[in-house]
Amino acid sequence: MTTDELIIATCLKAGKIMVENGSEISRVDDTMTRIAQNAGVVQANTYVTITGVMMSIQGRNATQIASITKRTIDLEKVAQVNQYSREFADQRIDLPTLHARLNQLDQASRSFPLWLQLVGAALVSGPLMIMFRQETINTWPTVLIGTLGYLVFYLLNRYLKIKFLSELAAALFIGFAAEWTYQIGWGTNINDIIIGALMPLVPGVPLTNAVRDILAGNFVSGPARAVEALISAAALGFGIAVVITIF
Amino acid sequence: MGVIGQLILAYLAVLGFGLIINIPHQALNLAGWIGTVTWGGYLLVQVFDGGVVLGSFIGSVGIGVLSSLAARYKKMPSIIFNIPSLVSFVPGSQAYQMVRNFALGNYDQAVGFMLQVVVITGAIALGFLVAELLNQLIAFCRQHWQQLRS
Repeated sequence: MTTDELIIATCLKAGKIMVENGSEISRVDDTMTRIAQNAGVVQANTYVTITGVMMSIQGRNATQIASITKRTIDLEKVAQVNQYSREFADQRIDLPTLHARLNQLDQASRSFPLWLQLVGAALVSGPLMIMFRQETINTWPTVLIGTLGYLVFYLLNRYLKIKFLSELAAALFIGFAAEWTYQIGWGTNINDIIIGALMPLVPGVPLTNAVRDILAGNFVSGPARAVEALISAAALGFGIAVVITIF
Repeated sequence: MGVIGQLILAYLAVLGFGLIINIPHQALNLAGWIGTVTWGGYLLVQVFDGGVVLGSFIGSVGIGVLSSLAARYKKMPSIIFNIPSLVSFVPGSQAYQMVRNFALGNYDQAVGFMLQVVVITGAIALGFLVAELLNQLIAFCRQHWQQLRS
């Protein structure tokens, strides 16, 4: 591998990891350009969208494309790429090491295990229900259903790999479970339980990134992310609407 | 429900969302504090009868500015701080009422709730824009201050 090829491969890997794990586009652009500059390239051209990353070095015969087919949310990896880029800028690691570390990072799995994510879902659903609705009677049903709803989403998303379908299924589960707790008399207000239990599934990252991308002038990726967030929200809403119409 | 209770709940909710989207564990505590402080700002607006929209706007300006400061302090991307702390400002209750009323066929009320969702989301986006402006102002002042000192 020549130096040019290695530079481009490293930058593309960094860009790919960042887009895949939920970074905003301007940061990806910035990081790739910085890595290239610190590797000695005077002018590098990058073109980053939500489905693919391209890069060329001005005046030399080297252009590569990396396509992005899967997108998850793992901000730890974004922070790690950022950290490696800083270390490379300070010349604490060299280019081959950076490339090797990025490959390693791409293979690594999430650092928070499933049970901790479930604790997270419980912490989101219960407190937000109390904050939004100013009542505490339905806290425990909300916490339980919110946690189980997130578990349903997580498991389906892992084996089905269609995010919107998993969201729909999770919303249906939440709706039916809330109705059930209401009928056995454990919960008193089905609306409050559903609001709280849905909160862990809210598409917060696509929504925030859509706003940030549009404000930064990335009119390809911003609206695309907004559509992603909208379809997620619609899947959740449709699941709940089905339950409401049945009962 | 006291103010202290609400603030503790805000902290817990932000912590929980941070765990779900897997932010680095060194950032969890700081993100929680940003969420708590900005929710305090929202509650303060409610005390003066400012309404949900103005409260969300103030909150998102606060989140934008504080996240940028935290990002510089911790040397991490600022989205790590502002995505989890935004979770308590999501108009979840209104969005649910919108879906519910559409499903039940009460279109008048549904459209009303939809407008609320749109306005609150717009206020949050506008807040980010203003925060971005403030961030650049802060960076500019900092640069000039350093030039003056040296």
